[in-house]
Amino acid sequence: MSLAFDDYGRPYIILRDQGQKKRMKGLEAYKSNILAAKAIANTLQSSLGPKGMDKMLVSPDGDVSVTNDGATIVEKMEIQHPTAKLLVELSQSQDAEIGDGTTGVVVLAGKLLEQALTLLDKGIHPLKISDGFDRACDVAIKHLEQIAEEIDIQANDHEALIQAACTALGSKVVSKRKRELGKIAVTAVLDVADLTRKDVNLDLIKIQTKTGGSVEDTRLISGILIDKDMSHPQMQKEVTDAKICLLTCPFEPPKPKTKHNINISNAEDYNKLYQQEQQYFIDMVKLVKNSGANIALCQWGFDDEANHLLLQNNLPAVRWVSGTDVELIAMATGARIIPRFQEITPEKLGKAGSIKEVQFGTSNERMLVIENCQCTKAVTILIRGGSQMIVDEAKRSIHDAICVIRNLIKDNRIVYGGGSAELACALQVLQYADEVSSVEQYAVRSFADALEGIPSCLADNCGLNPITSVAQAKSRQLSEKNPRIGIDCMDLGTTDMKEQRIYETLSSKKQQIQLATQVVKMILKIDDVIAPDDY
Amino acid sequence: MDIVGNVLPQVLKDEATEDKGEMARLQSFVGAIAVADLVKTTLGPKGMDKILKPTGPGQEMTHITVTNDGATILKSMYVENPAAKILIEISKTQDEEVGDGTTTVAVLAGELLREGEKLIQKRIHPQHVIAGWRIARDVALKRLRDISTENDINSQEFHDDLVKIARTTLSSKLITTDRDYFADLCVKAVLRLKGSSNLDYIQIIKLPGGTIRDSYLDDGFILKKQITIGCKRRIENAKILVANTAMDYDKIKIYGTKVKVNSMDKVAEIEAAEKEKMKHKVDKILKYQPTVFVNRQLIYNYPEQLLADSGITVIEHADFEGMERVAAATGAEILSTFDAPERSQQVLGHCDLIEEIMIGEEKMIKFTGCKKNEACTIVLRGASTHILDEVDRSIHDALCVLITTVKNKRVVWGGGNSEMQMAAACEEEAKKVQGKQAFAIEAFARALRQIPTIICDNGGYDSAELIQNFKVELQKGNQTCGLNMIDGTIGNMNELGVKECLRVKEQALMAASEAAELIMRVDNIVKCAPRKRERA
Repeated sequence: MSLAFDDYGRPYIILRDQGQKKRMKGLEAYKSNILAAKAIANTLQSSLGPKGMDKMLVSPDGDVSVTNDGATIVEKMEIQHPTAKLLVELSQSQDAEIGDGTTGVVVLAGKLLEQALTLLDKGIHPLKISDGFDRACDVAIKHLEQIAEEIDIQANDHEALIQAACTALGSKVVSKRKRELGKIAVTAVLDVADLTRKDVNLDLIKIQTKTGGSVEDTRLISGILIDKDMSHPQMQKEVTDAKICLLTCPFEPPKPKTKHNINISNAEDYNKLYQQEQQYFIDMVKLVKNSGANIALCQWGFDDEANHLLLQNNLPAVRWVSGTDVELIAMATGARIIPRFQEITPEKLGKAGSIKEVQFGTSNERMLVIENCQCTKAVTILIRGGSQMIVDEAKRSIHDAICVIRNLIKDNRIVYGGGSAELACALQVLQYADEVSSVEQYAVRSFADALEGIPSCLADNCGLNPITSVAQAKSRQLSEKNPRIGIDCMDLGTTDMKEQRIYETLSSKKQQIQLATQVVKMILKIDDVIAPDDY
Repeated sequence: MDIVGNVLPQVLKDEATEDKGEMARLQSFVGAIAVADLVKTTLGPKGMDKILKPTGPGQEMTHITVTNDGATILKSMYVENPAAKILIEISKTQDEEVGDGTTTVAVLAGELLREGEKLIQKRIHPQHVIAGWRIARDVALKRLRDISTENDINSQEFHDDLVKIARTTLSSKLITTDRDYFADLCVKAVLRLKGSSNLDYIQIIKLPGGTIRDSYLDDGFILKKQITIGCKRRIENAKILVANTAMDYDKIKIYGTKVKVNSMDKVAEIEAAEKEKMKHKVDKILKYQPTVFVNRQLIYNYPEQLLADSGITVIEHADFEGMERVAAATGAEILSTFDAPERSQQVLGHCDLIEEIMIGEEKMIKFTGCKKNEACTIVLRGASTHILDEVDRSIHDALCVLITTVKNKRVVWGGGNSEMQMAAACEEEAKKVQGKQAFAIEAFARALRQIPTIICDNGGYDSAELIQNFKVELQKGNQTCGLNMIDGTIGNMNELGVKECLRVKEQALMAASEAAELIMRVDNIVKCAPRKRERA
């Protein structure tokens, strides 16, 4: 702890409550930070690649989840260390921006930090290291753009997209059905994609899970599935040519926001009030019915009487539809969300080919399927699986696949996976290193070593000898001038990733390298950690 | 903490743990196998039951459960091991999806992991094991589907199949001695549903007293309620109005209403108005001209008296499910408003006879000759509530399986036949596969064969000999052979009439292999610090 002394030798307090704080400075701080961050990267390392393993996470309440998704793992680990938390955020920002490659980014950051540690031991100043990393990163990104290839996403029935989805799904527990699930994901994205604007609104793809069956039973519903059933058990279970009235007001007497009191002082008023109350319900149902609607979906609850009136008027209705579902239905069916009964008009109704109730298993669970919507732009992927954990993991995997496909639609440039892109960049960075005349040269060279860490990690996870296989791939890349040589994880007999069709998006790779470099630079800039002692 | 370079800084929270590699795997295997071992003694017709005793203050020894049902056992167990939780989860899913085979699925997953552990010890990478299992699963599934047979839904054969399936399911339960009786009962109940899969329409009423044999299927519909005093106890050609409406007093639903009076006269006035309002409601109900009025909610004395005066039989407090069943059975609409008496024909339910009956000590209301004859009631009798609960679970299992069969129609032979066939298919496949995966495929076959082995062991027979004979018999091409658990020999399943539903087997196979795969893939277990709970 740093203490200052005044002229008389009495200690000065510099920090408030200094005695209760823990402080680390200088090299000590650097190393501690790097070690903590590396610990996270080491945990994730074995999840990388198609043969990566899963992690079992037990939440504070004892709930179990099994996953392979980097972002989910670090999120659920409840990390306490401040620097390690930076890596958690790193993984999450990759997830938010790209959706895939969340494990890779953390592993890369870990490798970079590992290299930084040796450079620090050599006595190189942290800022020089981060400078060198920065320059190397620029070179790598430039090279990535050079080796990237544009693919025709429409050719051959969107084959390229399916392959990219398969690459994303390959590392997950659902990998056995990657082709089927990949197709589902591609169809789902294409259904809702705006190809002219090259944009995909992922909100339009709803992922609904239901335990039971097996992963093979997962299917795509070209419509919306909502986990609700009709409000009255005797309403008709199927509506064809549905005209949907989408309400966000309850079928109940109005509750004005202003505080008010109605005072009843005689029997006449009392009766009048009763009449009025009855009239409310009749009017409400009449307004809906008169607009021509044949089904009402409501965000709120119904009074028993209103519910029955709806049934009596042959008007199926659904209550407590969640807010997100209401918006989704509005988008899909072209319905306008109606906040007040008085505003119901025929133009505001949404249209759908059919709405029906479907039932699952032996327990009495039902869901509503809305199909053939007027503006077909909404789909649901219904995921099935043997247990909650599998279903949850499948959901995360499909989300990853969908993100990859979206990225490809936005930007159809790809690089090849299997560590080939990282190797190619590493070689380029190494070449550049010799041109750097200052101390940064060492940092640049270490950056190349860190990039090589990814293919070596892949090879390690697949049970190959990491050193020999990386060395072989490197020498072949150089001699054949082929940046597509990588690690043959699936034991298919070729190391050319173009033949194996392992596609990754350029945007994801670029983002991985940039984000990892940024975080490492940030960690390298910290030279003083002050924390309360009991933390 | 301060010695940098040697000691890793603390990354996770206090009390959080992280286990890696071998340790993590060991933990999952031990947990999963322990759970499987726990339930495996309940497997098969000679399986034993478990007593479940709740822990916690205030309820020691009060609510014990005696059961043979895997899902019930696993659900009530408190486990901390995450892998064990996965097994419990699949058992629950099996229960929800097909209703039976809940023990099988947990045992199969446990056996798979037991075999998997041996492979790992032989230094085979988990990913190779998984690759092999996947091949094996597909082969097994294909064989399972190939050996299944399908009969036309209306044929006598199909009906016989259903009875056999119900018998097979029930044979592992407490009521195994009366399984023929109950099998017949369940099949009749399910066939009444005419293909719909809504189990709600089959009501199960449990009444302690008598013996299990006294249970019966009532083709009418029984409501566990009483007819209000002062009403007719027997109504022929009943017209039933089913309602869900407040019959105590109508609460004012308009927000912010207050009754404020300034004199006693006014109070009387309001009271009269309130009474008038109720009278009005009753009058409206009367316009429908029902002879029976069933309400979900409470009925106060005043309206009750009004209705009774008009000769209407009143049944109050029918719970929500009961009311839905009454409505479904009699074809009534559930009313909450009474402003359209002209629709009386459509909304009133109808049945030939409503009468109050006594079952054991309890009075109930029986509806016979209903308009829509889907609903029915199974009345269970037995010596104690524990027995009744267990019989209820068994009947529920049988009903679920039957409904699944009606939907899926395909059946396979029981008595371990399907497992042995699948195992044989896997072994054949293993011979064709190159690479380490073949070991895993063989392991899969062994795990499948464990199911009939355990069944034998539970019956006290020489499993090693029986299973070998079984294998030989299958090899000879005897497709219908299986375990005869009565004599402890290999018998003909066709003669013994042991059949099982394909869907149940399929689901068990898929769920078990998925779960085993999930656990196998784990190489790292991170446990967060448990949430601190404040005792209230």
